[in-house]
Amino acid sequence: MSYEHPDTIVCPGGPMLVRDHPDSDRPVAAVCRCEKSARFPWCDGTHKVLPADQRPS
Amino acid sequence: MRTTTLPRPRGELTEHLFSALRAGGDFRGLATKTTGDDAALALWVLHELHYRGLTDIDDALEWDPQLLRVRRQLEADLEDRLRSRFHAPAGLSFVEDALDWIDEQDGPSLARHVHRNASRDQVLDLLAVRSIYHLKESDPVAWVVPRLGVRAKAALMELQYDEYGGGDPNRLHHHLFELGMEASGLDPAYDAHLDAVPLEALEQNNTLSLFGLHRRLRGAALGHLAAFEATSSLPSRRMAEGLRRLDFPDELVEYYTEHVEADAVHEQLAVRTICAGLLAEEPELEGDVWFGAYTCLDLESRFAHAMFARWGIEERAA
Ligand code: FES
Ligand SMILES: [Fe+2]
Ligand SMILES: [Fe+2]
Repeated sequence: MSYEHPDTIVCPGGPMLVRDHPDSDRPVAAVCRCEKSARFPWCDGTHKVLPADQRPS
Repeated sequence: MRTTTLPRPRGELTEHLFSALRAGGDFRGLATKTTGDDAALALWVLHELHYRGLTDIDDALEWDPQLLRVRRQLEADLEDRLRSRFHAPAGLSFVEDALDWIDEQDGPSLARHVHRNASRDQVLDLLAVRSIYHLKESDPVAWVVPRLGVRAKAALMELQYDEYGGGDPNRLHHHLFELGMEASGLDPAYDAHLDAVPLEALEQNNTLSLFGLHRRLRGAALGHLAAFEATSSLPSRRMAEGLRRLDFPDELVEYYTEHVEADAVHEQLAVRTICAGLLAEEPELEGDVWFGAYTCLDLESRFAHAMFARWGIEERAA
């Protein structure tokens, strides 16, 4: 049996996970999609405090 | 590697247990049931035999049948207490709903206090108390790995690899905390502050070890991990800003800024790949995953109340 292991995972309301991102040392990076992160381009959790309509779908 | 020196006993059980450990074993527990600090410290010390060992205590006692029986009784009592506090959220799916559910739980926040109001002494106290957790960060979860199916196992290792520095010892998280403590003038050994650690923090620790050491509780271990990661990124930012406000050294600030970024990844992985993998392979563990997540938040909120009380802080003002 083989399993799905995508290069990217979109998290509803939050970041996009990217495996082996060329600019990150981490095995998986979280790329900000709400554009409000203080550590842009990386997600820093800020999306959680945004009103629902400003969170990425 | 420095091992743990036996702390000061906190009652009859730890007095007898520690004497027996020094004498090489032969301890069957007390005739009466022990609770509170005394029970929590006894369990913490017995678990320590499975981590890095105790100074001048025979390593073979890790598997001493009488001590295991004492440990088992203390663990059963702890698990009963945790389960009696647990209310399963109705009608939610962990994979779909856990992150939102965790956001909605609103406990007292030590990070918010550190951010704006805490004094330097309060922060030093908090660091000392939390050190027993941070200095073995991720180790209890490592025990879960061989108990998982293929999907959950690969997913957990993807997260743990980051916790352990991606192969670079200089980036290993519990080592970063050690560097931060050292730079702040605190002894970075995790036994150094044990006598100052309150019951609530011992129980947080004991719960992690309980979930990690028992294959039966693998669902709870991963639910706990998810809740822990999902309540770390924003609070770590507040911690970092509070530490800067109080002029703590960069090494310590760095530990927290690393967690702002790392745990923004880990919270997603914990739910979307780790718990999702576990529950795809073993759907019957959904209840235990919630139990672990609930317990993580519950223990943290009890710990925060205890610290505010210890500092004489009225909580509405905190
Ligand atoms: S998506 Fe998380 S901070 Fe923007
Ligand atoms: Fe970490
Ligand atoms: Fe983490």
